[in-house]
Amino acid sequence: MSTELPLIGDFSTAGPVLTGARVGVVTFPGTLDDRDAARAVRLAGGEPVALWHAEPDGGAALSSLDAVILPGGFSYGDYLRAGAIARFAPLMEAIISAAGGRDGSSAGLPVLGICNGFQMLTEAHLLPGSMIKNDHLKFICRDQGLRVENNATAWTRAYSAGAEIVVPLKNQDGQYVADERTLDELEGEGRVVFRYTGWNPNGSRRDIAGISNAAGNVVGLMPHPEHAVEAGFGPDSGHGMRMGTDGLGVFTSVLASIAGETK
Amino acid sequence: MPTIVVDVMPKPEILDPQGKAIAGALPRLGFTGFAAVRQGKRFELTVDGEVTEEVLAHAREAAEQLLSNPVIEDVVNVEVLPEAAPAPEALVEGRNA
Repeated sequence: MSTELPLIGDFSTAGPVLTGARVGVVTFPGTLDDRDAARAVRLAGGEPVALWHAEPDGGAALSSLDAVILPGGFSYGDYLRAGAIARFAPLMEAIISAAGGRDGSSAGLPVLGICNGFQMLTEAHLLPGSMIKNDHLKFICRDQGLRVENNATAWTRAYSAGAEIVVPLKNQDGQYVADERTLDELEGEGRVVFRYTGWNPNGSRRDIAGISNAAGNVVGLMPHPEHAVEAGFGPDSGHGMRMGTDGLGVFTSVLASIAGETK
Repeated sequence: MPTIVVDVMPKPEILDPQGKAIAGALPRLGFTGFAAVRQGKRFELTVDGEVTEEVLAHAREAAEQLLSNPVIEDVVNVEVLPEAAPAPEALVEGRNA
C-alpha cells in the first residue's frame, strides 16, 4: 500500500483464507450491524452467510454453518426489553439447541452476541444475567478499553491472555447485572471474557463487558469488535487516526476454532 | 371487552436507574417527602371474549415468559380490570352544562 490511510478496505490485512468456514449473521427487524459483522467475518478470512430471523427451518439453515453471530442494533425497537421479542424469533430456538442448550456445559455451535445480540442471548437464557439501562441513563458512544480476561473461548483464542484492546461501545441498555452468586460463579469459572478498563461506562457489575457459557462456545459482549476490524475505519490507535483493528481477533478466533487449531 | 392487567416491577435487589432519576427530580419540583421511586410496567391485555380461568392462566404464563424477565423483574400482579361502568348521569349533565 502506498498510502497510510486507504480510502477503501485494505484486504491485505486479513488473515489466511479458511475456505469453507461459513459464519451465519442473523438479521432481525431493527438490526443495524449485520453488514459490519459480515464484513468482519470476510476480513478475518471466513465466508459470511446472511440469515433471516424468520427462517422457517432453522435447523436446516444452521446445518451448513460453522458459527453464528447475532449482531447489534435495536431489534423490534427495543420494545418491551432489549432483545426480548427477537429472542422468540423462529431461528432462535434452532440456535439455542445448536449452541448446546441452556445448561451450556457441552460445546456446540460457536455463537457470538454483540450488543443487542448479547441482550438476546441473556433473554434466551443462553447466558446468565441481564442488561438494564446505563446507570447514567444516557446513550453512550465511545472508543472503549477492554481487557481480554479469558482467551480460551471460541471467540477469543487469537488474543494473548490479559490483552488490552480498544473497540467502539454504543448503547443505552448496557449495564450488566446478575445476582452475587451468579457473578461469583462467572468469576470462579473464568467466564468473564471481557472487562472494561479505564472507566466503567454504564455501571456494569464488576466492570463486566462480556461473558461466556460454561463450554466457551457462546460469548456475548456489549462493545462492538466488528467496528474495529479495518485500518482507516476503527478507533484511533498508536498507529494513527482510525487505525485500530483490535476487534478483528474475535473473528479470526472463531475461524481458528472452526479449523480445529489447538492453542 | 374485558381487560387483564399485568404489573411488572424491577426486582428489589436490582438498582432501578430510571426510578432513581425520577426520585432526584421530585424535590426539584417541590414534591418532598418521597424517599424513593421505583418504575415498573403495566400491561393491559384485552380479552376477546369471556375471562375464564384458562384465559387467566394464559395471561400469567405470558407474564412470566414474555412480559417479564425473571432475572431482573417480578410479576407483582395479574388481575381482571373491572368493566368500565356507564358514565353517571350527573357527570354527563355536568359536561353538557
